[in-house]
Amino acid sequence: MVDQSTIIQLAEKLHDAEITGNGVEPLTSSYPALTAEEAYYIQLENVKRKTDSGRRITGKKIGLTSLAMQELLGVNEPDYGHLFDDMAIGNRGVVPAGKLIYPRIEGEIAFVLNKDIKGPGITTHDILQATEYVLPAIEIVDSRVKDWQIKLEDTIADNASSGLYVLGDEPISPKGLDLSQLGMVLYKNGELINTGAGAAAMNHPARCVAWLANRLSHFDISLKAGEVILSGALSKAVDGKHGDLFEIELEKLGSVSVTL
Amino acid sequence: MFEVEKMVEQLLSAEDNHQELIRFTKDNPDFSIEQGYDLQNMLIKKRLSQSHRIIGMKMGLTSLAKMQQMNVNSPIYGHLLDYMQLDPGVPLIHSELIHPKAEAEIACVLKKDLQGPDVTAAEAIRAIDYVVPAFEIIDSRYENFDFKLPDVVADNASSSRFVLGTKPIEPTEIDMRLVGMTFWINGELKASGAGAAVLGHPANSLAELANMLHERDQYLRKGDIILTGGLTAAVALEPGDTVEAKLGQNDNVCFQVV
Repeated sequence: MVDQSTIIQLAEKLHDAEITGNGVEPLTSSYPALTAEEAYYIQLENVKRKTDSGRRITGKKIGLTSLAMQELLGVNEPDYGHLFDDMAIGNRGVVPAGKLIYPRIEGEIAFVLNKDIKGPGITTHDILQATEYVLPAIEIVDSRVKDWQIKLEDTIADNASSGLYVLGDEPISPKGLDLSQLGMVLYKNGELINTGAGAAAMNHPARCVAWLANRLSHFDISLKAGEVILSGALSKAVDGKHGDLFEIELEKLGSVSVTL
Repeated sequence: MFEVEKMVEQLLSAEDNHQELIRFTKDNPDFSIEQGYDLQNMLIKKRLSQSHRIIGMKMGLTSLAKMQQMNVNSPIYGHLLDYMQLDPGVPLIHSELIHPKAEAEIACVLKKDLQGPDVTAAEAIRAIDYVVPAFEIIDSRYENFDFKLPDVVADNASSSRFVLGTKPIEPTEIDMRLVGMTFWINGELKASGAGAAVLGHPANSLAELANMLHERDQYLRKGDIILTGGLTAAVALEPGDTVEAKLGQNDNVCFQVV
């Protein structure tokens, strides 16, 4: 058990790393007994710090949605983090220098809901019913933990390794589409890097969103109408450096690109 | 001098008796890719003399990942023979093979001949009668799938069996580059990918195949079935497996392993 003052202190460490761009040692090195629940409280501490300083929550992201990532970290459920207004980059935009430490790029499907959803007991079909539209999205993940030396608790505390995100332009209704079967192609500087399909995120991206609604209910949080929900990577994250152009294309949803 | 006749016999017998071989390049490090194709053609001639028939071709090593893994920059091809095709509902008999693995692919059936050189992706698309989701079952005749490029070429690119989906799709009806494919065994997702995983577009694979065949005065014929290359990694099969791939919104292919 870590006490409240430790939670605040660890949150501060991660916050400082984000400001200075210097990654910190994994929290789990100093606190090997840190639990996922405690790690979420560290995350929420920094969420409060950000909202207190005037930043707006624009949505949530779900991470560790693929079997491969879950096996890598030895876990059997995903995790989530918060998205803020200053994390959004316009489609075809350029990331301002100095914003990122060790960026990696993922292609995803983003959801926007037409009503608030609160767990527990939320199913994939509840989410499909409540989906106003979906968009292709790039998530630029980043870690405030040095060299991505993360265990589950480290990434949860670090806002699920959220960095920046880029949304496509055209909202598409999920009606008539099996999102699990949509193909995704990721290009870096015009070169094909990898491909995937919707099912890569826990068999169906909407299932990830349902998981999130249920998980958030532990913290008495609901998903809000109009929020952006990044549902999880459809292929392996790709390293990026300054100057790299990334483009993802999603079958029937369109494309989205960004330059680091 | 290689004992080519003997090597062909070894490959045929390895397939017929489902017994593994040690790769040829181990004792013959100079064995070349060209010699590998010579052996493959001799092996196919033997099968034809046993009253088998060529019904198409397959492309292998079509993904960037696989080419990097094998340290090559071009794909390889093999021949599909009549006995390799499993009809719908016919199970794969595991004991007839050595260590089978399945790959989910897009197959094309041609409505006209396609002859290199200089075949473009656009010309290749115009030659397609229809596409279907397909499973290719590869089964290297070499121990532990341990081979160099000339070995696998000689071994008919590990060709073993294949299964086609039963609903022909107009090539213009799907976006072959972006279409998604998911690969399930016993209801568990094993892999997913999009058409671009195959040389950037399955039609690139078809065009490349026609151009590679031209180098040996061969060409693709109307009616040929072409397996364009895996959209996903190959997954090992076990007796009892129910194997399914879904292509796009409406199409699938499946088989059982016994």
